[in-house]
Amino acid sequence: MLEVTKSGGPFRFSDENQDEVKAIIAKYPEGRQRSAVMPLLYLAQRQNEGWVSREAIEHIAELLSVPKIQVIEVATFYTMYNLKPIGRHHVQLCGTTPCWLRGSDEVMRACTDMGLEKGKSTEDGLFHLTEVECLGACCNAPMVQINDDFYEDLTYESTKAILEALKRGETPKPGPQKDRQFSAPEGGPTVLRDMMSADAAKE
Amino acid sequence: MCIMVARSRLPSKFDGESPSVGRCNREEPMPKLTIDGKEIEVAPGSTVLQACEEAGAEIPRFCYHERLSIAGNCRMCLVEMERSPKPIASCAMPAGDGMVIHTNTPQVKKAREGVLEFLLINHPLDCPICDQGGECDLQDETMAYGRGKNRFDENKRAVTEKNMGPLVKTIMTRCIHCTRCIRFSEEVAGTTELGAIYRGENMQITTFLEQAMESELQGNVIDLCPVGALTSKPYAFNARPWELAKTESIDVMDAVGSNIRIDTRGRQVMRILPRNHDDVNEEWISDKTRFAYDGLLKSRLDRPYVKKDGTLVEASWVEAFAAINTGLAGLDGTQIAGLVGDLNELEGMYAFRELLKGLGATRIEARQSGAAYDVSNRASYLFNSGIAGIEEADFCLLVGTNPRHEATIVNARILKSTRHRGLKVSNIGPAHDLTYPVEQAGDDAAILADILAGKHSLADRLQAAKRPMIIVGEGALARQDGAHILKAVHDIAETFGLITEDWNGFNVLPTAASRVGALDLGLVAPGGVRGILDDAKAGTVKAAFLLGVDEIDSSALQDCFTVYIGSHGDHGVRHADVVLPAAAYTEKSGLYINMEGRVQMGERANFPPGDAREDWTIFRALSDVLGKTLPFDSFDALRAALYKELPHLMDIDSLPKAAWGDFGEPGDIARGPIALPIHDFYQTNPIARASDTMAECSALKRSKGEATGTHG
Ligand code: SF4
Ligand code: FES
Ligand code: FES
Repeated sequence: MLEVTKSGGPFRFSDENQDEVKAIIAKYPEGRQRSAVMPLLYLAQRQNEGWVSREAIEHIAELLSVPKIQVIEVATFYTMYNLKPIGRHHVQLCGTTPCWLRGSDEVMRACTDMGLEKGKSTEDGLFHLTEVECLGACCNAPMVQINDDFYEDLTYESTKAILEALKRGETPKPGPQKDRQFSAPEGGPTVLRDMMSADAAKE
Repeated sequence: MCIMVARSRLPSKFDGESPSVGRCNREEPMPKLTIDGKEIEVAPGSTVLQACEEAGAEIPRFCYHERLSIAGNCRMCLVEMERSPKPIASCAMPAGDGMVIHTNTPQVKKAREGVLEFLLINHPLDCPICDQGGECDLQDETMAYGRGKNRFDENKRAVTEKNMGPLVKTIMTRCIHCTRCIRFSEEVAGTTELGAIYRGENMQITTFLEQAMESELQGNVIDLCPVGALTSKPYAFNARPWELAKTESIDVMDAVGSNIRIDTRGRQVMRILPRNHDDVNEEWISDKTRFAYDGLLKSRLDRPYVKKDGTLVEASWVEAFAAINTGLAGLDGTQIAGLVGDLNELEGMYAFRELLKGLGATRIEARQSGAAYDVSNRASYLFNSGIAGIEEADFCLLVGTNPRHEATIVNARILKSTRHRGLKVSNIGPAHDLTYPVEQAGDDAAILADILAGKHSLADRLQAAKRPMIIVGEGALARQDGAHILKAVHDIAETFGLITEDWNGFNVLPTAASRVGALDLGLVAPGGVRGILDDAKAGTVKAAFLLGVDEIDSSALQDCFTVYIGSHGDHGVRHADVVLPAAAYTEKSGLYINMEGRVQMGERANFPPGDAREDWTIFRALSDVLGKTLPFDSFDALRAALYKELPHLMDIDSLPKAAWGDFGEPGDIARGPIALPIHDFYQTNPIARASDTMAECSALKRSKGEATGTHG
C-alpha cells in the first residue's frame, strides 16, 4: 500500500520560495503548466526537510490544476522524492559494481556500526540511509552522498569519522577523503611531471 | 461491423495530443498497404492495426482500445513489417503508403508467444477463482497465441488490493498494466481518478490514496480491464458467464435509452452490461444502469393489496379488481385521473391510456417532473441534435440541467466533444463539476430574456458559433414559468441560427425513460401533475390511477381513491387503496423512445415475481371487470393498435427529424435561480432506491459532500 505521510499542517511554499515557484511555472508555455510538477515537487522537498508530504502533493496539484493522482504518480515514479520524513542527513550509499569492488561493503559496515539501517532513519532523526545505484563518481569509489555533498575514497574509518563529525554538528570536508585533489591521482600528479617542475622552476 | 471500423478511424477516437496518429485530413491520399499479400487502402490517420483488421487479419491486443487514446505498452499487437529490423506494435504505428505487413509469419508467432510468456510471469494462474474466467482476454489470447507451457520457476509478484469504492473490486496481482482503466478515467469519465504509482514491475493501479472513485461511469472499467484485476463488486463470485442467459434490452434509468444486455440465471438478473451503439451510449453505461439491478429483488410488489380498515392487506387479483370496481362506482370520467411514471414502456402506457379513456377519463398526465412540455410539436421535447450530434457542435449552452446526473452518457459525449472537437460549453443554472471546463453564466433564468434581447455576451457566443446547441433541462422547464422558458429558448434557437437545413441545435433533456414515449402518446393534461394533485386535495378528482408514479408527493391523494400499479412498494403506494403488482423493466418486452426520439425495443429477460404481471395484461384484465373491455387480446394485437396510432414506432432505431414549429408560451421569465431536478443521482427511481448498491453509493457521496463542504 502506498504511504504518503501527512505532515499534520497545511503546506505552502515559503515566502522565499514563492518567487522561485513563479519562475518555475513561467518556464513552461501557456497551457503546459503541469510540466512544472517535477521541479515543484523538488522545491517542496527541499523546503520540507528532504521529504514531500501529502499536503505538499495536494497543494501542488491544486496550484497546477493537475489531478492529485497524477502528481502522486510522478512522486512515486522517481525514487528521489521521499514520501516520508527522512533524517536530517540523508546518506545515499553507492553499492554499484565499481564502488562495491572498491569496498562499499566496508562503508556499509561503518554505517551499520553507527546505528544506521538501510531504508530507515535513526531514532534521533539525524541519519537516513539508502543504498543507491551509481552516482557517477566511480573514479573515486567507494562513495556516499550526504545531502548535497559527495564524500569519496571512503574507508571504514573515514566513513565513521564523517558520520561522527556530523553527529557532533560539524561539517566534514566533502570530496575525496584521501590525499588527492578531486580525481587526480593519489599523492599528486603522475604524468607531465617534467612540465610541471619546469613551470615551477620558471616561477 | 463495417460502421464500427469506419468510425474508429475518426481522429476523435484518439487523444488530441497523441503524436502517434496522424490527423485525418480529407485531402490526404489514402495510404495503400499490403497485408499478408493483400493490397488494401485505408483512410488517412488509420493505424496498422486498423488496416490489418480491415484486411481481415486478427490482431490480438490488450492495451489498445478503439475508444481510448493509444498507449502501445502491452506489445501484444506486434506484427512484422518488411524493411523493419524488428516487429512493430501495430496499434501505435500509423499506416503508411507502401508498407508491407505480415501477421502470420513465424516471427510474429514467436513475438506473440514471447509477450504472453512475459505477461504470465507475474500474472497469477488463479482463473478457477477469478470472476473474469470465461470472458478474459488474457485467457483467450493465451489459448490462441500462447506457448502453452511456462518456463518461469521464480516467485510471482504480489500486489495488495486497492480500495476503489463499493462498485469496483480489485485483485491487483492480476493487473497487466495495460492502463486502459487510467485512460478511461481521464478521457471518457473525465474524472482522472485512476493512476499508476511506482514503476516497472512495481507499478500499481490505484486511486489517490485509495479513495473511492466518484465517477458515475466507473463501472465501465470492469468491462475495459482485459483481465480480472478490476471486477464487479456486487457481482463478485455470483455466476460464471457461461451459465447466464443473455437478453438484449434497453435501459430505463434515464432518458438516454442505453443499449444493455441483461444476464440472468433462472429468474434472477445477475448483472447488466452495455451493448455497443455508436450513436447512443457507444459502449458505456452509467453506474445506475449497471448496478441498480439488485433493486429488482427488494421491496417488490409480488401480490395485489387492498386497503382494509386503513391498512393494505394481501388480496387476490379478483378481490383487487372488485375493490377497484367498487371504488369507481358512481364516478364519472371527469373525476378520474391517471398519472404515468418514469420507467414505463409504450405498450403499458398505451393500454393504461385506453383503459382510462374507456372509463371516460380525460386527465392523463405523464410529466411527473412538472416540466412544461408542449406536445403540439414533437421537436419541442426532443434532443433534436442527437446524442452523436454533440460531436458536431462547436458551442453548447446548458440551461437548467446537470447532464452528469440527468444523462451521464450525454455528459460523456459532451466531454468527448470538448476534448476532441473543441466544443465550448456555457451554463445557465447552478454550477456543477461536469468533468469538463464550463463557463458559468449564472443561475438566473432571466438571462434567457437578456440573450434574446441581444444584451448578454452569450448572444454573441451563439451568433459566432457555426453549430451552436442549447440543452434545456427539466430544471428550467419545471419552473412556474417553464412554458415561457420553453418559448424563450425556442426563440433564441430561431434567432441565433440554431435551426438550419441540416442542423437542429434545440435540445431538451428529459430525465425519464418513459417521458418522450408518453408525450408521443399525448399523455398531458392542462394543469399538469400539480393541477391533478390540487384537484384531488380539493375533492374534484375522486379517483387516481398511478402507473409507477413514485416521484410525487402522494399525500395529496389521501382522500382520493387511489390505485397504484407498479413494481415496487415505494412512495406511490403510501396512500394507495389498491395496489396491483406489475413487472419491472427487465421482466417485460416493450418499446421505449429515448430523448432523441429514437424508438428502441427492449426484450424480456426474466419473469416478474409472485403474482406480478406485465402492465398491459393487468389493464386488459381490469378492463373486462370494469365492463370496458380493451380491444386487444394479445401483445401483438396491442402493438398493432399502437403502430396504427403512432406509425413512427415501427421505425426502430432511427434518429427522427422532427419538423420545427412554434411552441411554448410567450411570457415573462421571473428573475431567480433555476433548481436542478436531480439531487441524488443514485436514488432517482424506485428500483434504484431499493438497491443496496445504489444506497451505498449515495451514502458515500453524501459523506464526501459533507467532508468537503460541497455537494452535487
Ligand atoms: S487494472 Fe486492468 S485495465 Fe487497469 S491497467 Fe491493470 S489490467 Fe489494465
Ligand atoms: S559505482 Fe559508485 S559512483 Fe559509480
Ligand atoms: S495493443 Fe499494441 S501495444 Fe498493446
